[in-house]
Amino acid sequence: MPTPNTPIWEVFIRSRNGLAHKHVGSLHAADATLALQAARDLYTRRGEGLSIWVVPTASITASDPQDREMLFEPTASKPYRHPTFYEIPDEVGHM
Amino acid sequence: MPAASPLLRYVLRRADDALILGHRLSEWCGHAPMMEEDMALANMGLDLLGQARALYTYAGEVEGVGRNEDDFAYRRIERDYENLLLTEQPNGDFAHTMLRQFLYAAFAYPYWQAMMTSPDATLAAIAAKSEKEMAYHLRHSAEWMLRLGDGTAESHRRLAAALEILWPTTGELFTTDEGEQALIAQAIATDPESVRPQWTATVTQTLTQATIEIPAKAWMHTGGRQGRHSEAFGHLLTELQYVQRLIPNATW
Repeated sequence: MPTPNTPIWEVFIRSRNGLAHKHVGSLHAADATLALQAARDLYTRRGEGLSIWVVPTASITASDPQDREMLFEPTASKPYRHPTFYEIPDEVGHM
Repeated sequence: MPAASPLLRYVLRRADDALILGHRLSEWCGHAPMMEEDMALANMGLDLLGQARALYTYAGEVEGVGRNEDDFAYRRIERDYENLLLTEQPNGDFAHTMLRQFLYAAFAYPYWQAMMTSPDATLAAIAAKSEKEMAYHLRHSAEWMLRLGDGTAESHRRLAAALEILWPTTGELFTTDEGEQALIAQAIATDPESVRPQWTATVTQTLTQATIEIPAKAWMHTGGRQGRHSEAFGHLLTELQYVQRLIPNATW
């Protein structure tokens, strides 16, 4: 069992060049070096990764779920922010 | 059966090292101190199992009488296995297992690296794959050496105790016999003695940094390379071969 003071780390994997690192999960490790190795052993066993980031969970500042309505609902009434009202000339092709 | 050729014996010995050490690591499955290390140990065990499979398959080709990897892995008796005594040592505690991995990887990594230039194309290819795997085993186990040795009084005591038990099995890493000397003369095999300086430097630097004292002089056990094993090996083999003994030729 991890001792109570074994910190938790969040793991981010970049699977291909040009893509962003994506959150894949978390793990326990005593320090950054072991966290990186544990991330390799836990999350890249099937050839998922080209690069790994580990971040102490404690250093992530997260939004409060209770603020959800205040933070996110006001955008629901502003569909004009989606770029779906423009006529795209045929010559443009894929955008 | 005629006496094994030097090449067959050489390949089987390396296969046995990988199989037996890999089996030891697999014994940790579900028992490691934390889930993260459970996976790390299983991953290393699977690396070694893969190396063993490639080497046994090649041994079958070299021998040329139709034995396959399963025949070598499961259907031989104790004296036919010629793995290093180091690889069969019981797991003990976590420090013991990590130290065993460290002592082996510190050797196997430079050894396989040197073997990549063997004119034997199969051995060179197996070496190229194994070298990368052993580089990681070395890195992972070396990190644990530092943390266990220079960690708490308890972890230091356990690592020091493990070294006292395992150290006398490290001399065998560098032994060869007449047959292997012939392969070395043809450059097919790397002389393990040529890897000793790098092994000694890795082990000395890491353990010194881990505040663990290396035994000055010790009696070195040999015998594994001639099929003379420690007592624990019979028990290991009983478990390893159980299914094939119970249901011969079982497959899935």
